Amino acid sequence: MTNHEEMALSRRTFVKGSALAGLGAAAVGTTSLFGCAPATEGGEDLAATGEGAAPADEKIVWTHCHVNCGGACVLQCHVADDEITYVESDNTGDASFGGFQARACLRGRSIRRWINGADRLNYPMRRVAGTKRGDGQYEQISWDEALDTIAAEFKRITETYGNESVFVQECSGVEQNVMMNNPFFRLFNLCGGVVTRYGNYSNGALTFGAQPFTYGGGWGKRSYKTLEEGELVVLFGNAPCDTRMAGDGHGYDLSVAIEQKGVRVICIDPRRSEIATNHDVEWIPIMPGTDAALVAGIAHELIAADLVDVDFLHTYCVGYDEETLPEGAPANSSYYAYVMGTGYDMVEKTPAWAAAITKIPEARIIQLAHEIGEAKPCFIVQGWGPQRRTNGETAARAIALLPQLVGQVGKPSTNSGLREGNGGFELPSLPTGDNPIEVKFPNYLWPEAIRDGQKLTALNAGIQGGDALPAPIKMMINYGNNMPANQNGDINTTTDILRDESLCEFIVCYDVVMTDSANYADIILPDLTPQETWTLSTQGENNDSKGIWFGQPTTSAKFERREVYEVCADLAERLGVADEYTDGGKTREDWCRALYEEWRAENPQAPTWEEGLAMGIYKEDIEVENDTDPFIEDPEANPLETATGKIQVYAPELAEMAATWELPEGDVIMPIPAYVPGFNGPDAATEAYPLHFTGYHTKAHTHSSYANNQIIQDAHRHNVWVNPLDAEERGIKNGDTVRVFNEQGEILIEARVTDRIMPGVAAIPQGSWHSADMNGDRVDKGGCINTLTSRHCTPVAKATGQHTFIGQIAKA
Amino acid sequence: MTQYGFHFDGTRCTGCKTCVLACKDKNNLPSEINYRNVQEYGGGTWTADAAGCWSHDTFTYHVSVACNHCEFPVCLGKCPQGAIQKDDETGRVWSDPEKCIGCGTCAMACPYGAPKVDKEQMKSVKCDMCADRVAEGKQPICVEACPLRALDFGDIDELRATYGDLAEIAPLPAASETTPCLVITAPAAAKPAGDASGTVVNESEIC
Repeated sequence: MTNHEEMALSRRTFVKGSALAGLGAAAVGTTSLFGCAPATEGGEDLAATGEGAAPADEKIVWTHCHVNCGGACVLQCHVADDEITYVESDNTGDASFGGFQARACLRGRSIRRWINGADRLNYPMRRVAGTKRGDGQYEQISWDEALDTIAAEFKRITETYGNESVFVQECSGVEQNVMMNNPFFRLFNLCGGVVTRYGNYSNGALTFGAQPFTYGGGWGKRSYKTLEEGELVVLFGNAPCDTRMAGDGHGYDLSVAIEQKGVRVICIDPRRSEIATNHDVEWIPIMPGTDAALVAGIAHELIAADLVDVDFLHTYCVGYDEETLPEGAPANSSYYAYVMGTGYDMVEKTPAWAAAITKIPEARIIQLAHEIGEAKPCFIVQGWGPQRRTNGETAARAIALLPQLVGQVGKPSTNSGLREGNGGFELPSLPTGDNPIEVKFPNYLWPEAIRDGQKLTALNAGIQGGDALPAPIKMMINYGNNMPANQNGDINTTTDILRDESLCEFIVCYDVVMTDSANYADIILPDLTPQETWTLSTQGENNDSKGIWFGQPTTSAKFERREVYEVCADLAERLGVADEYTDGGKTREDWCRALYEEWRAENPQAPTWEEGLAMGIYKEDIEVENDTDPFIEDPEANPLETATGKIQVYAPELAEMAATWELPEGDVIMPIPAYVPGFNGPDAATEAYPLHFTGYHTKAHTHSSYANNQIIQDAHRHNVWVNPLDAEERGIKNGDTVRVFNEQGEILIEARVTDRIMPGVAAIPQGSWHSADMNGDRVDKGGCINTLTSRHCTPVAKATGQHTFIGQIAKA
Repeated sequence: MTQYGFHFDGTRCTGCKTCVLACKDKNNLPSEINYRNVQEYGGGTWTADAAGCWSHDTFTYHVSVACNHCEFPVCLGKCPQGAIQKDDETGRVWSDPEKCIGCGTCAMACPYGAPKVDKEQMKSVKCDMCADRVAEGKQPICVEACPLRALDFGDIDELRATYGDLAEIAPLPAASETTPCLVITAPAAAKPAGDASGTVVNESEIC
């Protein structure tokens, strides 16, 4: 049902000489098979004699998975005849449950089929003259012609519109290594700079719109490794066993704590994620987007039961009640006033009020309040699901308020209520030099930056470093990302903007595979995967572990594929900055070595570069940080980096924004984390579009990376989760193909009828590849969620609200 | 003789299928052939109160299972060619490709769905305990791959001594059918074999 069927290569093409490897192994087995001693986890030796079956010329090349899942798992690639034959992962050190092995998930384990996929880009290409962007007509050109064109267009566009009109997209597809898309920034910064973005698609509302005004930074975060025996963990929209699947990831850490420390976990989520399947974890289904209402209802019960830690709130926080409101805040603007019915809306936020909104029974809300209020310590943590909705900032701040109400933040074995913490090594990345252009726009608004240019201002679009965007985007580099026609909200609107060549005049797509986004490029360049070149990474950036992964090319470069650093060096030659760009002739390998040695200067215990290459990986035990925070020890001496120096239940910065910013009708910025439904939120269902949807991260791909690797998609099929009650109403059976549609567009997708989603809500994983006749009916047969999402962003950070939409499902 | 077998820790599994894909990578299997499968079993009911709020008693859990190299393999008894054998030293159940005609009787007979017919070769194929790896002193690749360490492999007597004797939960068949060399640590929500309160919701992902 997807556009991936075209890549159904015969598996015979993948590996020489092992056409039926399973059978082959069986065929040798007429005599005893078992050789020296496999060890069980308990350490017992297994008997037997025999021989292994590795080809004589086989070698092992270490590298790692590199996409933006938050992990970066070790890949030990078995290579013969210049092809990867199969993959092992981290099998070094302690294999027992609780030990540290960066074991790759199913995606990394399947990487050779992705590397050898039919839709790899092999040659530079240009859009055929006379065709429009999106028509998908490309012809092969030489690297010289491609790079000459890019250099000439860069010169023309910067001379005509200024360097502020050139934009380099984020590079989610190659996020986990020291190179990323830095070569483009390094190059362009030598040529006058480029306009840049702030925020991101992952956690824009939380990190840029909630955290700074609550804690002033990433304060109070702790890892699951700090949990105590029998502690209560409350997860809000956090699916660590889905989104942090690595063998050293958060899902593993929390699972270890559940088994070895008897930790009790409650999971609050519209969908039953994998932490709440086999594990003994309670799932409380919640209407998506209503977390702040739940928190208000819990707060009401905490107040009624005298479970609020008022001393903590008075000592460390501002704005819980009237006596700690910051200067200038109006009367009755405290959170207490809001909850008790004397606030701006004069509505008392009883558990019954919260129940009607969240669809969680009143009695369960009351019980939850007592469980949270009586647990010491208590670990409250959210994922990035709640904040990726159109009310994302207030949802994130509300969940963070819960530990504040019960004094469970900044102390051992507690958490900030935002994301869990982590630690690990930090490597420097390729230095990019200085960008003379200071203006930045919110990441999500790049299509508007193309279309509306200078109309985007500080007050209506969150432009930073200037009052307004100085120029529209006229040249865009899409390196290692699939934003144009897949990952950004509202594909139909976004690609209409891209098709208009009078707007963005020049688009380069540089990737490893032919994405639908590449169909909107003027020039397409074929990249090497990080497994095919020199690479270097730390442990996953979100994992609580310490490791350095050394990556060497697993095979030679095939076809005309080239890696980004060298390509930008060739562009630098054309732009007259080659010496500065290469720092006197450094190669990619030289940079990996230099960056490693820079890190090793601070970590002299680590192996030399040559030793590291031979080892493949270097790991250390992590020391868990779990002391009481200095701010809690002495808040006057160690203030937080907020406007008031304290934890801000009431944020004066947000009050100022609420008073001065120009917001779309219906959008609200609240100085306290009050419940607001947000655009297309929980109160927005209509007769035509009665279902609420939520996006989520599936295990079959990381964003859109690997979504073309069919072997994984067949293991975790792309489908919309529909509750049996909603399915029955629509005559839908498990496995049926259904239409999902709303005002933005329509997709075709398989239905998974499952009790893992609450009634009235449907869930679609993000990242599946868009596939539609854009000159025809635009029905997306790839089932990409962004055919259905909108351009409406969050009020504060102008971040993505792509998890929020309403729609209808019907049998196709 | 040492009879080898697998342990599946149902309290750790998260249904990620890394075991399935690691096996498919190492054995170079196409989409339509899995030597190991992860079944998702779920059920339960939803109840709305007067305020429209939802209570539920739903459950979902995964079971990862490959060939169990059974002590009494029905595939062996049913094979019309006498191709399927049980190795004297390891207990490994395997099909001799010299004798196998790919008729699929074994695939039909096995209550776990372990043997498959490779239609390109017209041969019965299935999990062979990663005999080559085990010969090198390693664990089967699925065991070493599991990010949650939910699989183990070894002498079935030792596995039973360590993990107990449970070898059946829904949706797996009764262990009495074949005496599988499998030990299960049951997830909290596990239902007994033969349970009819749930369904396998991911049939389309099992092959």
